[in-house]
Formats: sequence, structure tokens, C-alpha cells
Amino acid sequence: MIFQSTEHYILSPELALAVNAAVTLEKPLLIKGEPGTGKTRLAEELAASLGTDLINWQIKSTSKAQQGLYEYDAVSRLRDGQLGSERVANISNYIKPGKLWTAFTAEQRPVLLIDEIDKADIEFPNDLLHELDRMSFDVYETGERITAKQRPIVVITSNNEKELPDAFLRRCFFHYIRFPDKDTLTQIVLAHFPKLQAELLTAALEVFFDLRAVDALKKKPSTSELLDWLKLLLAEQIAPSVLQDKQHQGGLMPLYGALLKNEQDVALLEKLAFMARRAGR
Amino acid sequence: MSLCWKNWPLWLVALAVDMLISFFLTLRKYGLKSSITELLDLLKALQQQLIFASTDDFYLLARLCLIKDESQYDKFDRAFAEYFEGVESLDLASLIPDHWLLPGLIRQLSDEDKAKLASLGGLEQLLEQFKQRLKEQQEKHAGGNKWIGTGGSSPFGAYGFHPEGIRVGQQGSGQRRAVKVWDKRDFKDFDQNAELNHRAMQLALRQLRRFARTGQATELDLNGTIKATAQQAGWLDLKFQAERHNAVKVLMFFDIGGSMDDYIHECEQLFAAARTEFKHLEFFYFHNCPYEQVWRTHQRRSADAVSITQLLQTYHSDYKVIFVGDATMGPYEITYPGGSVEHFNPESGEVWLKRLLAHFPNAVWLNPQPQAWWSHYHSIEILQKLMQNQMYAMTLDGLSGAIRHLSKRH
Repeated sequence: MIFQSTEHYILSPELALAVNAAVTLEKPLLIKGEPGTGKTRLAEELAASLGTDLINWQIKSTSKAQQGLYEYDAVSRLRDGQLGSERVANISNYIKPGKLWTAFTAEQRPVLLIDEIDKADIEFPNDLLHELDRMSFDVYETGERITAKQRPIVVITSNNEKELPDAFLRRCFFHYIRFPDKDTLTQIVLAHFPKLQAELLTAALEVFFDLRAVDALKKKPSTSELLDWLKLLLAEQIAPSVLQDKQHQGGLMPLYGALLKNEQDVALLEKLAFMARRAGR
Repeated sequence: MSLCWKNWPLWLVALAVDMLISFFLTLRKYGLKSSITELLDLLKALQQQLIFASTDDFYLLARLCLIKDESQYDKFDRAFAEYFEGVESLDLASLIPDHWLLPGLIRQLSDEDKAKLASLGGLEQLLEQFKQRLKEQQEKHAGGNKWIGTGGSSPFGAYGFHPEGIRVGQQGSGQRRAVKVWDKRDFKDFDQNAELNHRAMQLALRQLRRFARTGQATELDLNGTIKATAQQAGWLDLKFQAERHNAVKVLMFFDIGGSMDDYIHECEQLFAAARTEFKHLEFFYFHNCPYEQVWRTHQRRSADAVSITQLLQTYHSDYKVIFVGDATMGPYEITYPGGSVEHFNPESGEVWLKRLLAHFPNAVWLNPQPQAWWSHYHSIEILQKLMQNQMYAMTLDGLSGAIRHLSKRH
């Protein structure tokens, strides 16, 4: 096994297999899953455990595939031409390598994270097909060919905002990170808060899973929100008994702002608690 | 299934490959679009000995290599079960419409419900009763409200029914059996049998793009720069221009409730595709036919209502309008004052639709009903006439036709 759970990062066996397969077979690994299930963390932890660099390419709606290869700064070349600088004779002074180029030429096999690929235009993945497949590209300005010294470990994350083209998918391994079950989540929490009281943990997890069970929620809280919430609970020294009190603050858990990110969800929860109270009377 | 075939006799390798191929064909039979490249990937992965003699691991590895979308996981689970156990996987869900999601129901039955289930004489009876109750509920709320049994006495639970599934009782107490992971069918909720997929829709909607330069000038304007530089006798004078953005403006009107429930999935897809594609996009909802007001949310509460008069004042006539509805109703709902099934409308739907069309000349109607049925409904004929034949089926062809019409300049 190349990559296993670390002290601070709990890896499910499924995901471990996926990562190891991608590393061994030198294929990009596409990761999907609910927000907050540690997709980006995975790449960071993988780079740390392999002791190599993480090259993070954060995709935005304006990102172009070309930017990952290189950018030719024609404007500063024009300026230099005007000022009579000597740099101007050599075009390669104005070629800025992008993230893929950096990854291709790194000394040690790096981890390249293409984060939130679904944010970009729908043609973006198609434009990267060849580069990810052959691991080489041409710089047209200089006629140079950049070939990867070794194939970088490519981790791609997506939040499902857009569907990815089939041709792209065929070239990747795909893994869907499922929301962790209670046992795994306990492990994750303990990895972050080793000194957490067992009582508080049980009470907090119960509240958390009850909340996730409410189907009408617009945004279900995820692992990262649970961790934030626990941090707040500890900071405010909330007792486990407060968490067990179902009618606290009209049915809302203490410090609910860390778990619910949407006022409709807060209102919904209050309504459900109100109905439960009425039914119980 | 350990596959270190370097030391294997040739016939055994052939047999293993043969098994893999028939497994692959089983997947294809289930409608999974795995390709030969992906099968070769799986073979390579097996050759690298990433897994050892474990069907569970093989399951994970095969899924990793062959399946590229979580909505396909469920099909894969079924195919895997069929291949490896040879058991006809009896799927109760196919006996009732998809969106009833029976397994979801079973999974979430509490002990009490199970006891009740036995006393009611089994699952089928319970379902019958459930359907019956749902029917009563719909009759009570003619508006098409989809909630069921919030009172607490119903075995159908606290949070009610939604076309996507049934939620019953408290979640989490579902039955736990020691089953194989693919038998759990955990990914059933992700499966979506979409004929018109999201990407195809998005590509069709894209043709409606109209680019215009708006916003901050951040892009180098090459032509402008050359011109200005020439005027400066060769001294560089940089000119910038704003980036091109899609400037098309769209209003969408969705028919909701009643007979449209059958097409909720198609509508959701269109909704999602449109939302990511257009920046200037407004959604409104109506029931059967637009009358004097439409709603901003699908719950159609009075607080969310927008009158058509106000709408005509707010949105300029350069907005393109897309109606989405099955147009299946009593003809009087369109042509007569007071024809609405929900309220008394002083003016007929026809009058209001004509007003909308007069203001927005760029309008189409998308109808999710299969086109072959259209001639059977008088109301469709009336609307088709009102729309000046700009009614299109909600298929890829229909959608492209509608978009072609919308992108003509009027």
C-alpha cells in the first residue's frame, strides 16, 4: 500500500484502493462527493505522505486549459521592444509556464490537484484530454515540446455542477466519496480531537446524524462542518446534557450556525421541533 | 481472484480473460457504457496485483475502472450481483413507478412499522394503502401539494412524500443485514434514467448564446492597440476591452403540479441545464395555463405571486420566453373566464397568454408529452395555435428546434 490513513486523515479502504490504483497505473483520479467530505484534503495528504510537492490548480469559471500549459505575455514583450531591452530577442523570456508544465518538469513525481474542474466551461476537460493522456504538449511560440519527466499523480475533484464529457471520463479512474458512516466519522473526529470526552462525542454525533436525516434540508452539514461545530462546542464548553435536550432554543442545537448555512434550513428545523413538541404534549 | 498470471498456464489465463469479458458484457447488458479502453485498464490493474483474492476488492477495483459516474453505481451493483451470484435480482421497484423508490421505503421502516406491516398482510397491501392515502391527499389539495401525513398518525411518517422518494418514520433504524456491498444497493438514489441528458441539453441551450462585451475592460484589444500605436507613430498605446459574456436574457415558465408530476425529472434536468447556462434567467411557475399571476417558487404561495401586468413592466421585450408544460387540460381552462381549476379567473387564460406573447415576441412552448399523443388533446391544439405553432417536444430535436426559433432575431 502506497497510501494509508494517517494520524490526521482517515482513509476508507475503498478510497485507499482507488488512490493506490491511480498512483500505480498512472491515471488521473477523478473524485466526486458531497462538499466537505475531504476531496481536496485527499490530495494534500497524499502529497504529504509521499513527501512530494502538491501543485494546486484551482479552477474558476474563467479558467482556460491553455493557462495550465503556459501563457505568452505579448504585452510585456511589446513594451520591452519599445524600450530596446535585450530580453526581447528571446521569446522564451515571455513564456510563463502553467501548472501542468510545472508538474511535468518537477524533479520528483508531484501530486497535481485540478480542483473543482466542474467550475470551468464545459469544453475545459476536452481541451486537456491530449495533455493528460500523452503527458506532453507543444509550445507553439518556441517550437519546443514539453514532455513529462515522469507522469505526475493527477487528482481531479468535481462538485457535480456540470457533467464531464465521456471522452474525458474514460481516461480517468473515478471514485465517489460517500458520506462516512458513524464509525468512520468517530475515527475522523478523534483524529482531530484526540482528547474529546466520549459523552460529548456521542451526544454531538447523535445530534449531527439526526440533522442529516432531515431530508428537506437545502444543505446537509458535512464532515468539515461537524469538525467546526465541535471546535466551537469545546471552546464554549457546552455540556453534553445541553445537546441531549431536544427542545433547547426552540429545537435548535447550540451554536447551530456552524452546521446550518441557510436561513430556510434554520426555519425548517424550528418548525419540525415545534411539531414534535405539539405531538408530544 | 488473484491474478498473477505470469506463472499461470495459458489456458487458465484465457479462461480468466474470458470470464472478465463476459462480466464486461453483463455490464453492457445493463446499459452501462463502459468502453474497451476501460476494460483494458481493469486488466492492467489486475496485472499489477493491486488486489488479492477478494471479490470485495475486485468489486471496488472494477467499479473504479469501469464506472465514471455515481448515478451508474446502482446499475453496476445489479450487474455485479447477477454475474457473480447468478441470482435473478428481483427488483420490486420495477413493479411500481421509479419515483416511488420502494427500497427506500423498506430501508427506513421502523420496528413498529414492520409489526404493522405484518398486521396489514404484507408489503403489497401497505403499498396499496399508501397509494390510496396519497390519492385522498391529492384530492384534498387540488393545488398539487405533495406533502403527506405530517400529523404523525400515518405510518408514512413525518416529513412526507416527494416525487423523488418516500421518507418514512425516523431514518437510520433501517434493517441491517450482513449483505454483500453490491447487494446493499446504496447508490440507488443516484440512478437516473435520463433520456435527454444534462450535457445534451446544455449544448442545445448554448446555441442561444448571444455574446456582448460588458463589464470591466480587462482583455487586451489587439486591433485597438495596433490602431492606437500606429497613431502614436509607433509608441505602444495599449487598449483594453471588456470580456465577452453571454448576454441573452431568458424567462422560463414551468407548469407544475397535476399531470406534470410525471415529467418532473425532465423538467429538473432542463431547469438545471438552464441555470448553469444563462446568467440572466428568471423562473416562474404556473398551473396548467398562465392566468393573471404566476409564482416565483414551486410551492406557489400567495407571497411569491407576481402579476403578469407587473411582469410585463419589469422585463423588457428582448427577453426570450420558454414555457414548459404538458398543455393537457380541459379546453375551457384556456378559453373561458372562470375556467381555472384553482380559482375564479375574470379573464381567460387565452387572453393572458396573448398578452404575454404580444409583449415577448420571442417565445416557445416545450411540451414533455410525447409528440405522438398531441393530436389526442384538444387543449394542445388550442395552445399550438396560440403559440403560432411554436410548440416543441421536449426531446433533443425539439429542444434544438425551439432554440433555433428563439435565436432568430425578431
